Amino acid sequence: MSRIEAVLKNLKSESRKALIPYITAGDPAPDQTVALMHTLVRAGADIIELGVPFSDPMADGPVIQLACERALKHGTSLRQVIAMVREFRETDTDTPVVLMGYLNPMEAMGYEAFADAAADAGVDGVLTVDLPPEEADQVAPLFAERQLDPIFLLAPTTTDERIRAISEHSSGYVYYVSIKGVTGSASINVEEVASKVAHVHELTALPVGVGFGIRDAKTAAAVGRVSDGVIVGSVLVDTIARNQADPEALNQALTDLLHPMREALDSLAQ
Amino acid sequence: MSVKLTEDMLKAFPDARGHFGDFGGRFVSETLMDSLMTLEKEYLRLKEDPEFQAAFDKDLADYVGRPSPLYFAERLTEETGGAQIWLKREDLNHTGAHKVNNTIGQALLASFLGKKRIIAETGAGQHGVATATVCARLGLECHVFMGAEDVQRQSLNVFRMKLLGATVHAVESGTRTLKDAMNDAMRDWVANVDDTFYIIGTVAGPHPYPLLVRDFQSVIGRETRRQALEKTGRLPDALVACVGGGSNAIGMFYPFLSDETVQLYGVEAGGLGIDTGQHAAPLCAGRPGVLHGNRTYLMEDENGQIAGTHSVSAGLDYPGVGPEHAWLKDIGRANYVSVTDDEALDGFRKLTHVEGIMPALETAHAVAYAIKLAATMDKDQMVVINVSGRGDKDIHTIAQLDGIGI
Repeated sequence: MSRIEAVLKNLKSESRKALIPYITAGDPAPDQTVALMHTLVRAGADIIELGVPFSDPMADGPVIQLACERALKHGTSLRQVIAMVREFRETDTDTPVVLMGYLNPMEAMGYEAFADAAADAGVDGVLTVDLPPEEADQVAPLFAERQLDPIFLLAPTTTDERIRAISEHSSGYVYYVSIKGVTGSASINVEEVASKVAHVHELTALPVGVGFGIRDAKTAAAVGRVSDGVIVGSVLVDTIARNQADPEALNQALTDLLHPMREALDSLAQ
Repeated sequence: MSVKLTEDMLKAFPDARGHFGDFGGRFVSETLMDSLMTLEKEYLRLKEDPEFQAAFDKDLADYVGRPSPLYFAERLTEETGGAQIWLKREDLNHTGAHKVNNTIGQALLASFLGKKRIIAETGAGQHGVATATVCARLGLECHVFMGAEDVQRQSLNVFRMKLLGATVHAVESGTRTLKDAMNDAMRDWVANVDDTFYIIGTVAGPHPYPLLVRDFQSVIGRETRRQALEKTGRLPDALVACVGGGSNAIGMFYPFLSDETVQLYGVEAGGLGIDTGQHAAPLCAGRPGVLHGNRTYLMEDENGQIAGTHSVSAGLDYPGVGPEHAWLKDIGRANYVSVTDDEALDGFRKLTHVEGIMPALETAHAVAYAIKLAATMDKDQMVVINVSGRGDKDIHTIAQLDGIGI
């Protein structure tokens, strides 16, 4: 059983929901990322999605675009991101880490070299925004052999036929994109998301995480009620941007943001 | 390596997944997949629909003014002292470039699909103008994304688009050029996918765009083939076209792919010189990667980050290239070369002085290479340059380089 599967199974047995924060690796600076990951865990993260910066993040709004630019200014490479996970693993062997990014840095490194290095460093899953399952035939066996969970997106526009097909290519969880739009763009319609996620649950046995548009404890709880976990990205990255000059203030601000979400999600179990 | 491409082989490319060999495909976020699959299905149906094709042909004739002439550049030929140089006059199209062939086709597709809102990216502004033009004619809402740097160096075209009723969005992210304009167009599309049709201006992007843009632009090569046979009784020995994304080049090349005797030359922007790194020549100096929905040759660093590009011509200032060109390079069917900014400017001046035809700076790259090529060929041979656009939009750039304020 993969680390992701184990964590989600355990949460389910306690009727709890996963809190999955996203930050961009190397933002605001590469030497701060591992410490920030530990902060996220202390504030209640169950799984971390670690963004791999890319020069042309087409599915991201301005907040994550700027995070990529900050990280790339320091030359943060995919190899360095993998090294950050390795360092994180020295003191945390429980929290699953999913690398989230775009295909080209992985292609430039070489799929096999990437899969080897990622698995060896303790990466658990890989979410490649611009790699639909149709184009994943090269990477899928490499990931499977190394027990890296391939995590794919589902969108409001995804047909039932595709939901089934995508779920078959996925392991760990599927990521439901709650809105039509880029990251950090709009607020979500909880009722719409609820009915769509309920429908996704009918079509797949995999846990469903919901992301895009979750910015506070209230939306986290509303989405948590209908899903297996919530993914929180832009609001965290924005907090990093606003506190980048002061690491201590940043730690506190991230904790203040995540902790109420954790409590709100856990209150659903009672 | 070179292979003979038969008509039957050509029909197999792209394959059902939009692949040209190792290139092409559909690398986009999930939100767009359904739209792309619908577009593919509808396009493949309409491609065979006589009503759609008749509407397209009628617009090309009566609105664009096709066929465009194939003109014998007699003085340029004499001065060069080699092969006969002929010009395919896409600069004479309505709006002044080949781009309109494609925007007419895609706007028709949008109408057939019932989409009322159009978005487009543009570099030099030619595709933006061509898109704004067809939107004005069809009464469609039009949004054009253009890199902030290009908005400055192509201010004339920005004003043209605004006059035509389009909203021009200056893109401030990244390198503020064509690639960033395409990123923002994609972002807009994801957010408005239900009512919006994205008119991509070049033969890149996710499947089926490279296929349908190539089909719409192939009118260039079909006419050239017919005109060459009518005027000279034979096929040209070489075709020369500039390559940014590569839509005018593929439009010229495609109908000749199975004509083994016709050499194909795609001319990339060599900028300050390939060895300086300051260029926009992914086929000459890049490597395969994935950007903007397709796998193709890219300019990138060792970590897979897309590299900044440089060219005097905004329309060629792009780090990728259409996947069909990447494939034609790898199988050896087409040759991809580059000329520098300075050489292109010489080509611009030469064609202007000797023939009274002012080419776009993009086209000037093809002119510069064709002159070099023709000089090495026999007098009874024939070279065709695709004059993809006219140079009016570049007057400010040229004046600035000459130190003249206008």
